[in-house]
Amino acid sequence: MNPAYRPHHPRWHRERMPIFWWLGQPAYVKFITRELTSLAVGYGALLLLAEVYTLERGPAAHDRFLHFLAAPPVLVFHLLVCAALLFHTVTWLNLAPKALVVRLGGRRLPDWAVVAGHYLLWLAASGAVVVWLLRGGS
Amino acid sequence: MPEPIETSETIRLDVLRYRPEEEAEPTWQSYEVPLRRDWMVLDGLNYIKDSLDGSLSYRWACRMGVCGSCGMMVNGKPILTCAAYLTALAPGPVKIEPLRGFPVIRDLVIDLREFLDKLKSVKPWIVRSEEKPLAEGEYLQTPEELAEYKPYSMCINCLLCYAACPINALEPGFVGPAAIALAQRYNFDSRDQGAAERLDILSRHEGIWACTFVGECSAVCPKGVDPAGAIQRYKVRATADWWRSVLMPWGTR
Amino acid sequence: MRRSRRSSEPFFWALFSSGGMLAALVMPALALCLWVARPLGWVDFADLAKLSGGGVGSPLVRLFVFVVISLALFHWAHRFRYTLYDGLQLAHLYGLIATLCYGGATLLTVLAAWVLLRFP
Repeated sequence: MNPAYRPHHPRWHRERMPIFWWLGQPAYVKFITRELTSLAVGYGALLLLAEVYTLERGPAAHDRFLHFLAAPPVLVFHLLVCAALLFHTVTWLNLAPKALVVRLGGRRLPDWAVVAGHYLLWLAASGAVVVWLLRGGS
Repeated sequence: MPEPIETSETIRLDVLRYRPEEEAEPTWQSYEVPLRRDWMVLDGLNYIKDSLDGSLSYRWACRMGVCGSCGMMVNGKPILTCAAYLTALAPGPVKIEPLRGFPVIRDLVIDLREFLDKLKSVKPWIVRSEEKPLAEGEYLQTPEELAEYKPYSMCINCLLCYAACPINALEPGFVGPAAIALAQRYNFDSRDQGAAERLDILSRHEGIWACTFVGECSAVCPKGVDPAGAIQRYKVRATADWWRSVLMPWGTR
Repeated sequence: MRRSRRSSEPFFWALFSSGGMLAALVMPALALCLWVARPLGWVDFADLAKLSGGGVGSPLVRLFVFVVISLALFHWAHRFRYTLYDGLQLAHLYGLIATLCYGGATLLTVLAAWVLLRFP
């Protein structure tokens, strides 16, 4: 991106944005936390990839992967990842009605109904994931 | 029996002043003003101007939250100073700064030209490819069609949303919350046919895509406009259009 | 440069938003089951290990795993790109950041496809 420049006016004062502007107020802190959950989502993708990769390599490789998961520092880190993923889910679903306008019979559904629908979908998807894993992933 | 209006109490207003002919950087100046039950922050500034320091510059007009000219940062939050009670901010001191993200011309006065150019670029008026002949009468609208765009039409251009938006301060070209919400106000109007023209402007990076949905624009809006929602709906629409044009290039736009 | 950016944003935004929705719906459950409950011994997804013996045969399951991995990666790529632009004020490194983020997601997507295709 060629950064756009603002016209210079010698007598005007323009305040520069501090580098840590996202710590400046609670709403910005929440925003940057929400944005940084993308790291947890990306890390989750990497772990899933590692899981299928080691599964494909055979039982020995997969056992080593399970061993890695069980190490206490790794486990603690993964609890943090889970918290970030939950934060992603909650913020994402809560903001869904801003982007999504659902109409039923010509009437616009209220925001709370769209959010409630998404939470029900989350519940169903989570249940399906658990059942799918318990059945051995097939 | 109403309480007396006059009190002996005062409250301190710390005002960020900038006098380009005297100083290179803005400086804080403190004033003690009477703390009256029915006084807004703007009344405090008017008291300074009338009784303490006539050189203080700021904009205001209607004193009733309609003209949109008295927006300032008060204790770090963008608000209309005509709609914030001083007593709610007691015991003070109250920090008053010009709206963030704009060049300061003097004291609390910011330059609006960049915003006005951006606003004009999204064609915030009804665009018709062809006007109906007068003989066919007026353009009729159902209450449902009115309800589609009415919330976005409440904007008073007070620029609180721009001051709350970090992207506006970071990205000089970003068209910004109010202008995009006003573009949607016309896109959602059943009489308007200019959506495609506006999308050409707003589908650039500096249009809707620079927005990362901080959401503070909607939180600070004194008129409940929800620019953040307008921008997200715009992104969905632009994305749908893009995929349609890629997957069905023969289709009309 | 500006022109090309105009046309690519909707494409990446579509990947970002569908990835974000999919991650929101399935990631917490996957993470809690696979990376917390399993190592703690609360549940034993022993049958998963049989996958390597040909269990993950269903093309539908492979497709699902592939889509989750890939969309989650592109969700990260898009969102993190903007976090770098705005959070660290690195907008002038536009080209480098976009290449690293989307390039990384693309590479790992190819790797995921390769691994899942090689499954017996």
